[in-house]
Amino acid sequence: MTMNWIAIGDISEIPLRGARCVKTPVGKVAVFRTAENEVFAIEDHCPHKGGPLSQGIVHGNAVTCPLHNWVISLETGKALGADEGAVRTIPVKNDNGALFIALESLALAAAE
Amino acid sequence: MAEQTPEKLVIIGNGMAPGRMLEELFEKAPGRYQVTIFNAEPRVNYDRIMLSPVLSGEKDYEEIIIHGDGWYIKHGITLYKGHKIIGIDRNAKTVTSDHGVTESYDKLVIATGSVPFIIPVPGKELQGVITYRDLDDVQAMLLAAQSREKAVVIGGGLLGLEAAAGLKARGMDVTVLHVMPTLMERQLDPAAGYLLQKAVEERGIKVLTKANTKRILGETRVEGIELEDGRIIPATLVVMAVGIRPNAGLAKDAGLAVNRGIVVDAGMKTSDGDIMALGECAEVDGMVYGLVAPLYEMARVAASHLAGDRKAAFVHSDTPTKLKVTGINLYSVGDFADGDGREEIVLRDATAGIYKRLVLKENRIIGSVLYGDTADGAWFNDLLKRGTDISEMRDTLIFGQAYQGGAPLDPTAAVAALQDDAEICGCNGVCKGKIVSTITSKGLTSLDEVRAHTKASASCGSCTGLVEQLMSLTLGDSYNPTAVQPVCGCTDLGHDEVRRLIKAKGLKTIPAVMQELEWKTSCGCAKCRPALNYYLVCDWPDEYADDYQSRFINERVHANIQKDGTYSVVPRMWGGVTNSQELRAIADVVDKFNVPMVKVTGGQRIDLLGIEKEDLPAVWADLGKAGFVSGQAYAKGLRTVKTCVGSEWCRFGTQDSTGLGIRIEKFMWGSWTPAKVKMAVSGCPRNCAEATCKDVGVVCVDSGYEIHFAGAAGLDIKGTEVLGLVRTEDEALEHIVALTQMYREQARYLERIYKWAKRVGLDEIRRQIMDDAEKRKAYYDRFVFSQKFAQVDPWSERVSGKDKHEFKPMATVGFNQAAE
Ligand SMILES: Cc1cc2nc3c(=O)[nH]c(=O)nc-3n(C[C@H](O)[C@H](O)[C@H](O)COP(=O)(O)OP(=O)(O)OC[C@H]3O[C@@H](n4cnc5c(N)ncnc54)[C@H](O)[C@@H]3O)c2cc1C
Ligand code: SF4
Ligand code: SF4
Ligand code: FES
Repeated sequence: MTMNWIAIGDISEIPLRGARCVKTPVGKVAVFRTAENEVFAIEDHCPHKGGPLSQGIVHGNAVTCPLHNWVISLETGKALGADEGAVRTIPVKNDNGALFIALESLALAAAE
Repeated sequence: MAEQTPEKLVIIGNGMAPGRMLEELFEKAPGRYQVTIFNAEPRVNYDRIMLSPVLSGEKDYEEIIIHGDGWYIKHGITLYKGHKIIGIDRNAKTVTSDHGVTESYDKLVIATGSVPFIIPVPGKELQGVITYRDLDDVQAMLLAAQSREKAVVIGGGLLGLEAAAGLKARGMDVTVLHVMPTLMERQLDPAAGYLLQKAVEERGIKVLTKANTKRILGETRVEGIELEDGRIIPATLVVMAVGIRPNAGLAKDAGLAVNRGIVVDAGMKTSDGDIMALGECAEVDGMVYGLVAPLYEMARVAASHLAGDRKAAFVHSDTPTKLKVTGINLYSVGDFADGDGREEIVLRDATAGIYKRLVLKENRIIGSVLYGDTADGAWFNDLLKRGTDISEMRDTLIFGQAYQGGAPLDPTAAVAALQDDAEICGCNGVCKGKIVSTITSKGLTSLDEVRAHTKASASCGSCTGLVEQLMSLTLGDSYNPTAVQPVCGCTDLGHDEVRRLIKAKGLKTIPAVMQELEWKTSCGCAKCRPALNYYLVCDWPDEYADDYQSRFINERVHANIQKDGTYSVVPRMWGGVTNSQELRAIADVVDKFNVPMVKVTGGQRIDLLGIEKEDLPAVWADLGKAGFVSGQAYAKGLRTVKTCVGSEWCRFGTQDSTGLGIRIEKFMWGSWTPAKVKMAVSGCPRNCAEATCKDVGVVCVDSGYEIHFAGAAGLDIKGTEVLGLVRTEDEALEHIVALTQMYREQARYLERIYKWAKRVGLDEIRRQIMDDAEKRKAYYDRFVFSQKFAQVDPWSERVSGKDKHEFKPMATVGFNQAAE
């Protein structure tokens, strides 16, 4: 399977310890930039009740959902602590600041 | 089978004494008796001692229940709640209740307690005259206290002072009348009585000594009290707390020997071999008792006899007296009258408010009075009980145990030095050895567990400090009684400590705080970051650059997120007042953006719900053109000031409540606070703006502005407390601003005003804001300074481009591919 990398913009467009969302045919993707300048992308849809994770507070490699404070790992997409659930993670590539996400996985996800 | 038929044990009265007796009995002889209890009070056994904390609001009734309903079920006890026994038939061996229930007994226990003494003056039967004995009395007092009017407490003893302190804490204007020249004269010598009076007066309670009540005034309800010397004291509530009498009438009618109380022998048996009596109603060896320690001793003896052990015998011992008024420490025990052959050692420290006096006879302590510093009470009492010869340590005796033998001044060392049979809990007669061995054998780690297993500190609670010291002694470092709740998992420090260190170390950024205070995570979490951001905004308004990534989404985008990810928008309507032009602008926005829901809020605002995030700046731009700014309905900050129409329109209005509300709102908008702040101004006590359940409220009256605070009407419901009355609108504003600033500087993040106020104390807040003009001015000035940086309309900033990234998706991708 070849990855189809799609450009979404430059890393500087996301605040440190922040997120932006990217609209795609299969829903919104939340793209995060941590304090350490790492970039992650996950579905913008909390496993609890669908809260927009891109609006949460980013800390370490995790985000706290703005609706009911579940903490979601940006690396695995899994809920941390006592809560159970997961969101899909999306491959991101950071090419000297230019960011790309892999849409196949999204399309596949939609096809499933 | 036949031999197992339990005997019938009937108990009259369900107070603390028989409750303890049953506990001991079930341990000693389980299943031996079938128990039936009649209780005139319609409830289970609760800790009567703790009624005062319930009155003052420090505890709830549920917290002072000793035996819940489940306990009675578990032990197969039939409890008749609200049944008063009106007759004992000793021949038939039955008792009969006022509801007509008759029950036969093999053994009968009378535990009817005491009745409060009512002084025989005219007017004693008026409505509003009550005594202080049970939960019903407390509820009557709480009801009366809602009026916040004047109360008189007759009697300056333990009960009277606790009632006075409780009523005062509930906002009443309280006067204590006491016949004798000094308070609590039976437990305190005049010097300590004087110190106590000063401390009571400092709490704003008036004390009149040598005050003889002549009559209670009023037609049907009490209106006041007239003293023998002609003085008249107005009051809508009179609490009589002048003493108690053993409740022995029922026993007397049944022909039992009754003197002051029901006469019993050292085995608690009355003149009828099948009937026992215990508790306050019983008289042993010419003595009656009014504190639980000896009653619990009676309970132990009675249980032993019921279980078949005839040797157990009651022995008299002195019980120390302590007053359960938070912040007043006093302790007295034994005999401290002057007399031949008696000597005394006295220590006074006027500045620290300490007074200690030991009365000695033949080199032995026979009495002690401690005021201000009562830490050595248990030790002195121990020396007294043992009759220890103190000549060796006479010179340093008064300085307490820690001074003896050059031991360091460490309270734990003092407890360590106590002997194993030294009594720690006076109420329940629990000694040191029992506590230590229970902690070790049962592996206890918390105070509550120790209470549950040993009963130590489970009644009046005044030995809690000693028990905690024993715990740290036994458990070492693993017990940390003062353990503060850390802010979150990222640190061990509590909010107060963090706030203090931010100031003390001059920390001005979140990374600096985390570095200097040794945060355990690299960039905090969603709990600590918003808290730190607030503390820094509050403490360094001119220097700190607000970190929006550490704010919750609502505060980051200045709108309220809804469950579907859309937002709601609430424009500010000063004081809840609007006009046709504003309404038209709102209507236009609703049409233009297809706003699905328009709703009037509880804070007199209009809420536009269901707006897409991307539309927010455009919505704000349109609203801004009509003059609207953000209503900050999303902020931990000043939200709304609700008003009524006041003197401008209302026939009852005493002041311009609308004008004042608008003025407050225009002055204070934009300020960030630890948690949301909602205010209201009502034009008269009819209170149409519901000011008395707000964080801060004003009730206008003819003479000025009554400022209220610390109300709640959310998860908790709580009426406000009165801060004080001021004369002018300017003063009202200054006081409210100062109060808010004090709250901003002291509260923990997300702590509403009522919780903060409960923690720091209403009196302390009143002292700083009402009484200390300099402090008030300083708070006011600091608020005004910080407003310079806070009063920027966040909506117009964003309309002109700030934080653009927040409102637009980063990219829209992939639609082509997907369409293939
Ligand atoms: C406000 C307050 C503060 C106190 N503080 C302290 C303190 O700090 N330290 C301390 O040691 N002690 C304190 N005491 C005293 C202590 O509470 C009492 O000594 C103790 O509760 C008495 O217990 P008892 O079982 O003898 O009687 P009670 O607890 O009075 O129980 C008697 C029960 O019998 C019921 N009864 C009466 N007549 C009948 C009848 N004919 N039929 C059926 N039921 C009947 C009554 O309704 C009552 O419920 C305080 C008391 C009060 C009121
Ligand atoms: S609170 Fe008083 S002044 Fe205000 S509207 Fe009600 S009745 Fe009128
Ligand atoms: S009461 Fe509950 S459901 Fe209703 S708006 Fe408030 S938080 Fe939401
Ligand atoms: S929707 Fe994310 S925590 Fe509830």
